[in-house]
Amino acid sequence: MKHLRQLEDQSVYILREAYKHFNNLAMLWSMGKDSTVLLWLARKAFFGHVPFPLLHVDTSYKIPAMIEYRDRLAREWRLDLVVGQNKEALAAGMNHTMGRVVCCTALKTNGLKQLLEHKGYTGVILGVRADEEGTRAKERYFSPRDKHGDWDFRDQPPELWDQYKTTFPPGTHIRIHPLLDWTEINIWEYIKFENIPFIDLYLDKGDGTRYRSLGCAPCTTPIKSTAKTVDDIIEELRHTTVAERSGRAQDEGRGMELLRKDGYM
Amino acid sequence: MTTQSTKPSENLNIVIVGHVDHGKSTLLGRLYADTNSLPDGKLEKVQAICKQQGKEFEYAFLFDAFLEEQEQGITIDTARTFFMWKGRQYIIIDAPGHKEFLKNMISGAARAEAALLLIDALEGVKEQSKKHGYLLSLLGVRQFAVVVNKMDLVGYRQDVFEGIEKEYREFLGQFKAVPAEFIPVSAKLGDNIVNRSKQMSWYSGPTVLDTLGAFKKEAARSEQPLRLPVQDVYKFDARRIITGRITAGRIKVGDHVVFSPSNKRANVRTVEAFNIEPQPTEGQAGQSIGVTLDEQIFVERGEIASHQESLPSVSTAFRANLFWLGKRPLEKGRKYLLRVATKEVDCEVASIHRIIDTMDLAQQQGSHMVNKNQVAELTLRTKTPVAFDLSSSFEATGRFVLVDEYDIAGGGIVTELVHDDQEFLREEARRRDFAWVKGEVTVEDRAQQYGHRAAIVLITGGRHTGKSFLARKLEGRLVADGRHAYLLDGENLRRGLDADLSEEERGQTTEMARRYGEVARLLIDTGLIVVSTTNPFGLAYHEALEAIRTLVHPAPVIAVHMSKTAEEPPPNTDVLLTGPTDFDAATARILDELKRRGVLAQAIGAKPVFQYSI
Repeated sequence: MKHLRQLEDQSVYILREAYKHFNNLAMLWSMGKDSTVLLWLARKAFFGHVPFPLLHVDTSYKIPAMIEYRDRLAREWRLDLVVGQNKEALAAGMNHTMGRVVCCTALKTNGLKQLLEHKGYTGVILGVRADEEGTRAKERYFSPRDKHGDWDFRDQPPELWDQYKTTFPPGTHIRIHPLLDWTEINIWEYIKFENIPFIDLYLDKGDGTRYRSLGCAPCTTPIKSTAKTVDDIIEELRHTTVAERSGRAQDEGRGMELLRKDGYM
Repeated sequence: MTTQSTKPSENLNIVIVGHVDHGKSTLLGRLYADTNSLPDGKLEKVQAICKQQGKEFEYAFLFDAFLEEQEQGITIDTARTFFMWKGRQYIIIDAPGHKEFLKNMISGAARAEAALLLIDALEGVKEQSKKHGYLLSLLGVRQFAVVVNKMDLVGYRQDVFEGIEKEYREFLGQFKAVPAEFIPVSAKLGDNIVNRSKQMSWYSGPTVLDTLGAFKKEAARSEQPLRLPVQDVYKFDARRIITGRITAGRIKVGDHVVFSPSNKRANVRTVEAFNIEPQPTEGQAGQSIGVTLDEQIFVERGEIASHQESLPSVSTAFRANLFWLGKRPLEKGRKYLLRVATKEVDCEVASIHRIIDTMDLAQQQGSHMVNKNQVAELTLRTKTPVAFDLSSSFEATGRFVLVDEYDIAGGGIVTELVHDDQEFLREEARRRDFAWVKGEVTVEDRAQQYGHRAAIVLITGGRHTGKSFLARKLEGRLVADGRHAYLLDGENLRRGLDADLSEEERGQTTEMARRYGEVARLLIDTGLIVVSTTNPFGLAYHEALEAIRTLVHPAPVIAVHMSKTAEEPPPNTDVLLTGPTDFDAATARILDELKRRGVLAQAIGAKPVFQYSI
């Protein structure tokens, strides 16, 4: 499992750089497998502590089991959990039938932007991975966002060796991506290797389906799978040629490029 | 995605570079397609988009994710893609070839362990082919293969291939770069990518896929002497943990380590980790670790831990090869932030020796600036001493970046230590500190007892500016406030310690400053706030100030400069007093500076928040 330790060393280095350079730092936690591994890596980096708040942008459409899992870990690991929600949009009745990109923009992108602005965070740690989809493959470990939270992918800063962009003009913020070099299989191998508690929606509980990627209930569909353990998942992934996010409706067409340019995670 | 069922044993980072349009993204697409490494439907999806937009399908579209990239048919930014083959997980970075996006190419190459450099058989060796070849070498990517693409467009002719190989080998030879292979391919048609070409029976070497398999995982740097740049110091619980990523060598419990440039020393008590049983007792190159020490010495980010037998260099100047990516040119004399490993320090360009044209490696001298995308040889001078290595001996501690305003604007490698005029004194201080005999009372004990830290206030300036008067007043004020302060007057040294010197010897600033500095060092070790002036050195105060700084390092030096009219103060002056002096106001300003530096607490009677100790 040497390759997992290599990935871990790099991610821990990035997390410690983030903690050193940003006074107002937070980590996004969606309770999915990736951001939970990220949370675990933070406990590795800071020797059992998580010295910054964990943000959850709650669209109100999440699967209920995810919220229970969130609150349990927050209690057990003594996490500083901050939940944000675009209440205005929800009050106006926002939902996925108004258009998926429209809904994601309102409840996730804008929900996140509101939370960042309200709390004044200048560094936000996210669990995105390069192998998830095309625009994430082009991300930097430290990726600047402008005053409107937008991503200028045409003009990304150079990233040399272990030197990252940690200075930025007032009003802007930096997104930090410690998991860029991890693949979906690496995530599951690490969950097994470190015995990290994860949400059981990822497993088949007898009906021959499981979730491979977790999002909002209306826009995430389970895949056909009989994987009942982490080992089963790893074995399945070694042989699949189906894209991880094939169950995520927002990826249709150019959805992700448009969403991410405007500040989506 | 993968169809390989073998477990990965290691990761290898590969970058694909070369001139724009020479087929890098196509090669990548072909590699994935021919090894069945694409997700189901990916090929069909991209083919459908092409059809819809009325253009011919290209393998390049598989990874050029941005709409703009597909419309213009070029790669704008590096993409990381993942690919598993024979038990190894490759992270392949597709770097853009257009010169506009050189900074993206460099970002891609800087994290690579091996590279594929593409040259178009029809176009031959172009500007970016050379620039990328040169930069790979500068960035420290020593393993690479040259892939001569589009062989189908030259009728698969061996003489064309050999002509390019000869020309390019000669170019690389000038800076001693040696490629592992030259491979003739057609990425578009799949010749020699995964499958051997039927068109080029004259070529018997490896395919691109074979070549990837033959690249070696970077040789473990664990066998080198230890280098552990301090990243941060944590105190989340009872443990005071010093963290960092080991860039070379090994460290283990019980090791005696030295931190440079402060020269502080301690033994490693434990290696700390979360969720690893049993607790580790050592670490090696590549690992991000945390250690505790047997003594509560104060060390901070930027220092490099090593063993005493093999210390890094310490200086305020070094010579380097640098590439510049900044929006505005690098200029001689302007201030930049230098980052070497975890150290950040202000610096300026002392001189630009030459600009190197990467087309023909011609050198241009006498320039005062380095423009975007140029490579130069220069000397950098830092505000305070930095620990570093030569890039030829230690990769990670031998390279640096420069930050201009908010942006990383350039990077480079250290080629030579430049001896500064403090070298001998620094060596003296190092030897003296290593052999220093300590009593039972620690620096921490003294600081707690006295309610403040030790420091030296050094007042510089020309004749009759009121230095002595201010020094007396400051001493009086500190003692009245209950501090332990002492006025070190040069005249007293002259009549006592220096009584054996001849008149001529007393005129030598270097030796006089050395004696003065060593006495100050002793007084600081007693926990005092030493107040002094550079009066004994007359107008040679610049030189004396530097010598004293070196000898009392790393104790805080509060440099105060007095002058009747506006003049250039010595470098790193903290408090500048110009014109007629209001001595009460001047004293108050120095006290504020002592508070700001953490020597004194913000309020009298309160315990100071200590930022450092000696």
